[in-house]
Amino acid sequence: MPLVRNEKITADDFVRVADDATIPAGGNVLIPLARFLEDAEALLQRDGKVGVILPNNRDPDDLEPYLERLALIALVFPTFRDGRAYSQARLLRERYGYDGELRATGQVLRDQFVFMIRAGFDAFEVKKDSDALAFEETIKRYSVFYQPTADGRFTALRQRLFRPYAAASR
Amino acid sequence: MYAYDDIDRTLLSERVSEFRDQVKRRLSGELTEDEFKMLRLQNGVYLQLHAYMFRVAIPYGTLSSKQLRRLAHVARTYDRGYGHFTTRQNIQFNWIKLAELPDALADLAEVGIHSMQTSGNNTRNVTSDQWAGVAPGEVEDPRIWSEILRQYTTLHPEFSFLPRKFKFAITASKHDRAAIKIHDVGLRLHRNDKGETGFEVMVGGGLGRTPFLAKTIRHFVHGHDLLSYVEAILRVYNRYGRRDNIYKARIKILVHELGADKFAQEVEEEWRQMDKRVLTLTDADIENVRSRFSYPVYENLPHMPDELKAAAHDTRFEAWRKNSVAPHKVPGYAIVTLSLKPVGMPPGDATAEQMDAIADLADRYSFGEIRVGHEQNLALPHVAKRDLPALWRALDKIGVATPNVNLVSDIIACPGLDYCSLANARSIPIAQELTRRFANHETASLIGRLHINISGCINACGHHHVGHIGILGVEKNGQEVYQITIGGRADENAELGNLIGPAVPYGEVADVVEDIVEAYLALREGPDELFIDAVKRLGVEPFRERVYATR
Repeated sequence: MPLVRNEKITADDFVRVADDATIPAGGNVLIPLARFLEDAEALLQRDGKVGVILPNNRDPDDLEPYLERLALIALVFPTFRDGRAYSQARLLRERYGYDGELRATGQVLRDQFVFMIRAGFDAFEVKKDSDALAFEETIKRYSVFYQPTADGRFTALRQRLFRPYAAASR
Repeated sequence: MYAYDDIDRTLLSERVSEFRDQVKRRLSGELTEDEFKMLRLQNGVYLQLHAYMFRVAIPYGTLSSKQLRRLAHVARTYDRGYGHFTTRQNIQFNWIKLAELPDALADLAEVGIHSMQTSGNNTRNVTSDQWAGVAPGEVEDPRIWSEILRQYTTLHPEFSFLPRKFKFAITASKHDRAAIKIHDVGLRLHRNDKGETGFEVMVGGGLGRTPFLAKTIRHFVHGHDLLSYVEAILRVYNRYGRRDNIYKARIKILVHELGADKFAQEVEEEWRQMDKRVLTLTDADIENVRSRFSYPVYENLPHMPDELKAAAHDTRFEAWRKNSVAPHKVPGYAIVTLSLKPVGMPPGDATAEQMDAIADLADRYSFGEIRVGHEQNLALPHVAKRDLPALWRALDKIGVATPNVNLVSDIIACPGLDYCSLANARSIPIAQELTRRFANHETASLIGRLHINISGCINACGHHHVGHIGILGVEKNGQEVYQITIGGRADENAELGNLIGPAVPYGEVADVVEDIVEAYLALREGPDELFIDAVKRLGVEPFRERVYATR
């Protein structure tokens, strides 16, 4: 499953650790939430970056004490129809001020990219190679946005206020 | 009318090219049907019994003549020459070919209409009063706010994959023509003591297999705060709405399971924590949207012009005028409803020729504007009273002047088993038979206001729960049988109907309805007591006794 970061396919420098597997002594690891919370302080002190997988039915509150020390939070789309992680993403970015990597995992398809970027994701484990290859082109599909989110794009409403009506209706 | 600017137009054309790419990927096999299903649903494309069905949004029920002509063009070019107006200010085309859909969308986009989010688990077309902006006594034009909400909910990055569909409706009149209490969020525009505009917010209404009326969770949300408050509702729903069972996924179930008070607390808490600054609407924002609505320049016209006096001797004209013409906020003008319920025809259908003709009449007599109501009729909102006789003759000629608005044959019906893959029973033929039974205008007038709503399955697209008489088709042992309720209504005094007795077979539905109507005529206190009021006063029992005595 290709990982897209900064609009490019890149190698994943995190090792995903299963619930019952041994955590390697060094290197970057991505750990399920429950396991992370069991021993958070110790994990954060090991050599290497730590990322956490936050299930989509959990409150980002659980991670609040650790946010500054986490390098990565992976949110989950069990199917692309399940949109709970979009709310988690916006809360992490806009309410908790999390500024580490926010990764979309699970059934991540081309047609969600723009929504995901707007919600605050900046890394994507893309299900299909063809979608990953089309990333750069796909995210340029839209140039108009009606809602303000933390991605900072200028909304249609603001755009209109900064120019005369005559220019807009031409 | 709201005029799209280049920003709105750009978004639409970007959407069309995205969908073109999606269709291409489906046709090449790159997308599975399951993956594509979601994408097509977000563009209003269903797979029905015979073909793809294509649902186009008519936001808050306002259409320009140019847009209506374009809908006629789509009906003629890509479909079989007609369209079906729905109960949510949409139009459906039943015979679309997938490969041609992107072209149909592109044609519509040119005139600023689209099918975005007319299906799928997202925020649907924002509906409103079809008399918005012209009804006497309105607080203000609710379409300004509908348009603000339309933009806010279009391609929302957080709320495009909700547990289930989500519908907004807005009214600004005392008499609710938008059925806001059967919507996920119903907004009633009113003014507070300081004269500021805001909304009573009702949440969790909906029909389907578990019908609920919406409950008020806040009496006044200032207009400036509309979007942040709505965002709080949607976020609570997106996070906590059930996703384990499609029949329990609507917000009405969440509101019911938590209780309206607890749900309201959750929303308040989310709203409190939210950084509202970016979502707060300034007066300039609101004014900006308002400025792109254009309003007719009305003339100073007599209340009772000579043309109207002269036509008064024509009994057919008078019957139509009394039935289909409503008061306008400007003296000398009227709102004219065009019945899409002719005797023996499917409710809500219009042919391409009718649409073109209506567009021409709108140009001539209604400042180029047409409205679509949830009762599946159209309206011309700004007709000078002196033009009424000429307009009537033209409407009569094209078959949209049946004087049955709000009468027993003005039936709301879903497409039912004739088209829909979800249906268990036929709806349209029942409606057709009923219009034949009650074809006599004198009889229908004697009966007075009476709404019959028919759904062909429990999903309740025909709003049967809120029909004065509601008819629900179900399947039992391979037979179509119909459950009949009375006493429902969808207005400001909304109620769900009560079952009158055991379900009856297809062939007996019209007889039972006739018996109910006869019982009403016998039981009513006088001609001024409407059917719905008689049911309220008497309850179901006396009706049940009379109707089922011989069955």
